[in-house]
Amino acid sequence: MEEVKLLGMWLSPYSYRVIWALKLKGIAYEYMEEDLSNKSPLLLQCNPVHKKIPVLIHGGKPICESSVILEYIEEIWPQNSLLPCDPYERAIARFWIKFADDKGPIVWKICGTRGEERQKVIEESLEMLKTIEEHGLGDKKFFGGDNISMVDIAFGGLAYWPGVIEKVLGRNLLEAHKFPRLHAWTKNFEEVPEVKENLPDLGRLLKRET
Amino acid sequence: MAEEVKVFGAWGSPYSRRVELALQLKGVQYEYIEEDIPKNKSPLLLKYNPVHKKIPVLLHNGKPIAESLVILEYIEETWKGNPILPEDPYDKAMARFWAKFVDEKCMPALWKAGWSPESEREKPVEEACECLKTLESALGGKRFFGGDTVGMVDIAAIFIGYWLRLIQEATGMELLSAEKFPELFKWTDEFVSCSVVKGSLPPRDKLLAFIKARIAAAMDQAQTNASK
Repeated sequence: MEEVKLLGMWLSPYSYRVIWALKLKGIAYEYMEEDLSNKSPLLLQCNPVHKKIPVLIHGGKPICESSVILEYIEEIWPQNSLLPCDPYERAIARFWIKFADDKGPIVWKICGTRGEERQKVIEESLEMLKTIEEHGLGDKKFFGGDNISMVDIAFGGLAYWPGVIEKVLGRNLLEAHKFPRLHAWTKNFEEVPEVKENLPDLGRLLKRET
Repeated sequence: MAEEVKVFGAWGSPYSRRVELALQLKGVQYEYIEEDIPKNKSPLLLKYNPVHKKIPVLLHNGKPIAESLVILEYIEETWKGNPILPEDPYDKAMARFWAKFVDEKCMPALWKAGWSPESEREKPVEEACECLKTLESALGGKRFFGGDTVGMVDIAAIFIGYWLRLIQEATGMELLSAEKFPELFKWTDEFVSCSVVKGSLPPRDKLLAFIKARIAAAMDQAQTNASK
């Protein structure tokens, strides 16, 4: 099998998306941690357009943008499928992956803002969580049904980031009584062994954000 | 069961036209429903796209799909003729990368530059040109982004292929010219002269008038805001 390398960063949810997908499919890879304040020549060569992680390098060829990488991984290693077979169900999955890409990042902004701006970001985040719970997850255990899939992976950062936000805000954004289904989902998601064994160190994360 | 395909769109929207172009490229018959956006969205549109409440929406045998690039992927998987994505997984990943680049970087930058008042144009135009320069590198001497035939990236870049020149005409702005981006400029000519593409685009004069009216409205708004 051709060599697989991942250029990533220890706290990035986008980096973890790729790790979770590779682990779920049992793909061996070499992980290389990037210092984003001092980007390596390899990163700049492999992702000249965005200069960002994650980058997957397969047989020497780089693929950038985590959701593009996830689709590539699914196609090259079809075992333990992360997308449904039915084209309509796949379209629904892709819709939510795009939603996670476009709207998800609002949550990361809470820590970096203050005062009125932070309040606005919190309100937008809560709106987003409500939409995900009502329209995306519904009453399912995972976004794709009974098993973990690409949409869960795409929203995976929501599973661990609320822990950080709770310390910063002094309250839990993803309160169980406000978002019962999404709250349950974070527990189910984190219990999946390949996820449980691959989460950033909360202590280290808190030190950085508080 | 007879197949039922409907498109909820807006005549002047590049996102809407992306979907129509893909269907026409694959020879799929569909019913088009014009939505009066943004002020008068139909109950059906709100029912079929409750999350974003936007066009385009593709309805296939009663099942709705929203988000134009998601719709393009669905069209590709459902109707196999005249493929718009490469078969090789790596090349497919590259196509997805560039389609995403068009959506997330080029479109917002061009939109911002296009509607900016003359006094505030310099930076948005500079940023838009940076995007165009990067996008041009994806052509790599090919006739289309998809190679010899129109592919997903070409379809995604429909705004650059057609709308942009009309915006330039309406504003006097120079974003995409033969001197600055010779390869990309040549691509716009190749793209719009394709018969199936030509047939899927909004009428030139009507779109130009629409763009001019929008620019005038944006300028009026800016003046009103400035004098408050």
